[in-house]
Amino acid sequence: MDPVEHDQPHLPAPTIGPVGFAIGVVVILIGLIINPLWISTIGAAVAVIFAFVWARESTAELRGRHVAVEPEVRAAGAAAPAVAAEAAPVHADESERFPRSKFLEASTLGLGAVIGGVVTVPIAGFAVLPAFLGQKRHEVDLGPVTDITEGQWYIATFTTDPSQGETSRRTAFVRNNGSVQSGSAQVPSFTIISNRCAHLGCPVQANGPTGSILGIKDVVETTANGRVTMIPTVPAGFGCPCHGGQYDTEGNRTAGPPVRGLDRYDFEIKNGRLILLSMYSVSQVDGTGAQAKIHKYKLAGPGEHVAGVEQILYPLQPPHH
Amino acid sequence: MVTRRPPSKAQARREQMQAAVNFPLDWLEERSGLVGGVKYFLFRKVPGDINWMQTLGSATLTAFLVQAVTGVILAMYYKPTPEAAYSSIQNITDHVTMGWLVRGMHKWGASVFIILMFMHMGRVFLFGAYKYPRELNWIVGVLLLAMGMMEGFTGYLLPWDQTAYWASVVGINLNGTAPFLGPWLAQFLRSGQEIGADTLTRFYSLHMLVLPGMIAGLIGLHLYLIIRLGVTSPPWSPEAAGEATVDEAPGELRAGLTRAGRGDDGAAS
Repeated sequence: MDPVEHDQPHLPAPTIGPVGFAIGVVVILIGLIINPLWISTIGAAVAVIFAFVWARESTAELRGRHVAVEPEVRAAGAAAPAVAAEAAPVHADESERFPRSKFLEASTLGLGAVIGGVVTVPIAGFAVLPAFLGQKRHEVDLGPVTDITEGQWYIATFTTDPSQGETSRRTAFVRNNGSVQSGSAQVPSFTIISNRCAHLGCPVQANGPTGSILGIKDVVETTANGRVTMIPTVPAGFGCPCHGGQYDTEGNRTAGPPVRGLDRYDFEIKNGRLILLSMYSVSQVDGTGAQAKIHKYKLAGPGEHVAGVEQILYPLQPPHH
Repeated sequence: MVTRRPPSKAQARREQMQAAVNFPLDWLEERSGLVGGVKYFLFRKVPGDINWMQTLGSATLTAFLVQAVTGVILAMYYKPTPEAAYSSIQNITDHVTMGWLVRGMHKWGASVFIILMFMHMGRVFLFGAYKYPRELNWIVGVLLLAMGMMEGFTGYLLPWDQTAYWASVVGINLNGTAPFLGPWLAQFLRSGQEIGADTLTRFYSLHMLVLPGMIAGLIGLHLYLIIRLGVTSPPWSPEAAGEATVDEAPGELRAGLTRAGRGDDGAAS
């Protein structure tokens, strides 16, 4: 064979498929910053559509469609027949267009894919979906409000889901702030801080004396949430034993690796009892007690930024309460 | 003049013994080719100037086999539920005969396995044994390393004591801080929004079924590539490493596998 100069392109120029796909991806990424729900969805739709177009284009030849491509010239002698063959219609012999072997090949592969899918899809769904669907919200009954001395911190422990046993035992720091004026009514105010460290989720401890040394009795009662204990404490702040994260008594980070303040519980008073509702995340708290201004966010996992520029790293939270 | 003496009694017995050993081997070889295969695997040629450093891979394999065997036996006594996990481990350690030994082998063997993997990796790196044509074996080895680490992570939760629990909390939350998909990965790992019974059984299943299966398969591929490509000579060896492996015309073996190949290379149809 003689060497041939490949000075002419023999691949078709880029078409709308890859360009549109790239635009779709860009829209997804921009959407993650601006509005993950809508703009990213539009971007994803654009990307999928153009990915399909691209796939159709790039497999056109495989599917037997004639593609206008410069023939790749191998040798001077072979050039002329190659061009002639390209020019001729591919289905010269009508009977060979869809031979039996091709039908069997396609049906074997197709049936195999169907059987594989029927088996794989439920298994994969069973492995992955239960972690995300049907996540229950647990209300926690901490007992009568009158048991909780005003202005006193308590370390409350309770099981969020008694059916899960001690595995679901959680701890929160509770302080009764008394009642505050809200419009024309007096509403009770509680500060209820989760002890899950905002660094990597270790159990934060109260920095201060606890229990009988204070001369205040522990509150122990059995509610719908199993055995609930409320141990009085006088914390100077909260500290994490794992990696040394430190917080003040409002849960603001004062030192160490945590990326935000401690999470808090929503609460309500039902029949004179203190009920803990869902948790939420907090970037920062200004002021203290009943006058605190809480910068409140949807609950995020430990180590995830909820405010500032880093929050774009965690645009979508899995379903949880 | 040579006279043929009849075979002595000892000689006849030796021949009988040989026939008794050879018969099952020949039977197996005739029906499976396995005898030749094992012989090919065990007695293949290696460079003359290799040293003890080249045994680190076999040592790692041995460590994995020890983990597999001791793990299977531990699974006979271990109960992966929040109520029973810790007490079943106490039972294995304190009451089951030799349980302390098998559990100890599995616990310390885990560290041996990881350390040997790194030493083997260091040898391959420093000897340049990852270079052409062995890049794929390096990639398979990296996957094995990653899966070995995942074995360590999932196995750490199983004693279900305070260390295990909080180390897994921290480990899962570390995964959760990965950008974008991290929170989803964390929720998948703990099988819900909180660590609980499902997390324990999930880690148990990953630790004793999913990951060992994948590791075993990848070890098979790793060994196949070693047998195919040969052991690398040390960098100071005067001999060239390995041997030429590409003896077919390019594309000959894949011709006809895809439709795109038909008629292009002149090899198919």
